[in-house]
Amino acid sequence: MAVCGYSGPSGFPTFDTDMSDDISTLRRILGSARTIAVVGLSAEWHRPSHFAAQYMQAKGYRVIPVNPRYESILGMRCVARLEDIDQPVDIVDVFRRTDDVGPIADSAIAIKARCLWQQIGVKNLEADAKARAAGMDSVMDRCVKIEHARLFGGLHWVGVNTRLVSAKRPQVSPGTTVVA
Amino acid sequence: MAERTFKPETLAIHAGQIPDSSTGARALPIYQTTSFVFDSAEHAANLFNLATFGNVYSRLSNPTVAALEERVAALEGGRAAVASASGMAAEAMALMTMLQSGDHVIAAGALYGGTVTMLAVNLRKFGIETTFVDATKPDAFAAAMRPNTRAVFAESLGNPSLVVLDIAAVAEVAHAHGVPLVIDNTVPSPFLCNPIRLGADVVVHSATKYLGGHGTTLAGLVVESGKFPWDNGKFPGMTDPSPGYHGVKFYETFGDFGFTMRCRMETLRVYGAALAPTSAWQILQGVETLPLRMERHCSNALAVARHLKAHKAVSWVNYPGLEDSPQHALMKRQMQGASGLLAFGVMGGLERGIRFIESAQFMSHLVNIGDTRTLISHPASTTHRQLDEAQQRAAGVLPDMIRISVGLEHIDDILWDIDQALDKASA
Repeated sequence: MAVCGYSGPSGFPTFDTDMSDDISTLRRILGSARTIAVVGLSAEWHRPSHFAAQYMQAKGYRVIPVNPRYESILGMRCVARLEDIDQPVDIVDVFRRTDDVGPIADSAIAIKARCLWQQIGVKNLEADAKARAAGMDSVMDRCVKIEHARLFGGLHWVGVNTRLVSAKRPQVSPGTTVVA
Repeated sequence: MAERTFKPETLAIHAGQIPDSSTGARALPIYQTTSFVFDSAEHAANLFNLATFGNVYSRLSNPTVAALEERVAALEGGRAAVASASGMAAEAMALMTMLQSGDHVIAAGALYGGTVTMLAVNLRKFGIETTFVDATKPDAFAAAMRPNTRAVFAESLGNPSLVVLDIAAVAEVAHAHGVPLVIDNTVPSPFLCNPIRLGADVVVHSATKYLGGHGTTLAGLVVESGKFPWDNGKFPGMTDPSPGYHGVKFYETFGDFGFTMRCRMETLRVYGAALAPTSAWQILQGVETLPLRMERHCSNALAVARHLKAHKAVSWVNYPGLEDSPQHALMKRQMQGASGLLAFGVMGGLERGIRFIESAQFMSHLVNIGDTRTLISHPASTTHRQLDEAQQRAAGVLPDMIRISVGLEHIDDILWDIDQALDKASA
């Protein structure tokens, strides 16, 4: 049987960084994180930022809303800026326009966050490069909720190609309370 | 370090299914349940407004069906898939999600008869107009473009026309006009052809055929590439707030699997052509051996085609796997094989053809393709009977055409049955 250049499934868009596609890196980032600062979190429940933050909070992450327009969201007091957060931040999760990410990256570096995470449609390459030069992990054009669901078992229910091939039972995600 | 890319033979067995979390069962359980419990009122609310992923009701999603969806998405190199009760339901679901009244479709003329009827009659009733063009000419697709064109539809390998579509060329035409290319990839199956890798945006399957492979179970699938820019201004349904979901914008919220989410949540949910868990399980049993079966289907079909070409009772043979077929080069560029489907004309025309079919000993006369059993039929009097002769010819159906879906029986036996049936037909 002649083989005509089969190269395996691609499935995901690719651009300059490979960190956003590397499954073991994404697993490490999400698996080790405890605190997520969500920049641009909306209080309106049907907005993507609210979806993602609510999902991550339900999975056991501490979600800190960064948005000067609100007092509190999802039961957590809002801060106006990343610098106002008084605890270590693992992931700075950005729901802002690509053009606005630069100063956010600077703040993320200043507060020594471990990862700069730009959500779907947010692709500031300069911010990405700056974060990585400062020793941070950096992800672009991905949703924390979707990647968490894909890698820790949630997306397994909606026909998404999670690219997982394994003989191990699904792992419980960090911080999740199992209801007996 | 990049994650390993597994080969189709491995994905056919593993993709979409890991050991069952509650029991450790290695093989896929059949979750024959209509409904799923909520952990709390908040959990229920979150599921209903899509804030979290999970199962609610099997019309929307089911773990057994999800395994099939993910497996076929993986085999196609796509981002996500959604299953349906039949191949026709998959086509209907894909098109009804993508289109609205007032839209225009450009479709290959050489299509499965049921698809032609869906486009020319059923969808037309709802204000969707279709122009049928010569599938062998990418320029014909371009010439048919209108400001309100919103989809291009074709088959990767036509049934029963056996026309091989130049997928990359037609994809380029479609994308130049900002519309998605929808490909029915039923005949090659994902093992022989991956239209998404060639530029297609949405792939539909009748899993009833080669994917299930055993002629036992109806099923369909819609797969999306995850690469089409649904926010290019032509698809308000993908970017505007969804009235059925409290204003959720599917493309914004779900990104590159937004189309299949919308297919599931707006179309499947409402029109209800859901795939039964037991059916999904049956199809998956077949998918596990898809690579092995397709290799044998192709080698048997090539042997049959060569045998028929040399037979004095046969007037013509059409099989893209034959080296002298005008479509052979294009087939080899895009596919790993030409499938088990071939067509030929019995000398003496229609009557001899019918006698051939009725003289076969174990080759079955029925309307299906992609079974382990060799199947034979006469499209002009069966699957394409609803079309007039002009439409039949446009679909690649001739009055004397016999279609064979070559099965997995021993090739010696298949050739024996063909020979003895041809002898009886010529007597």
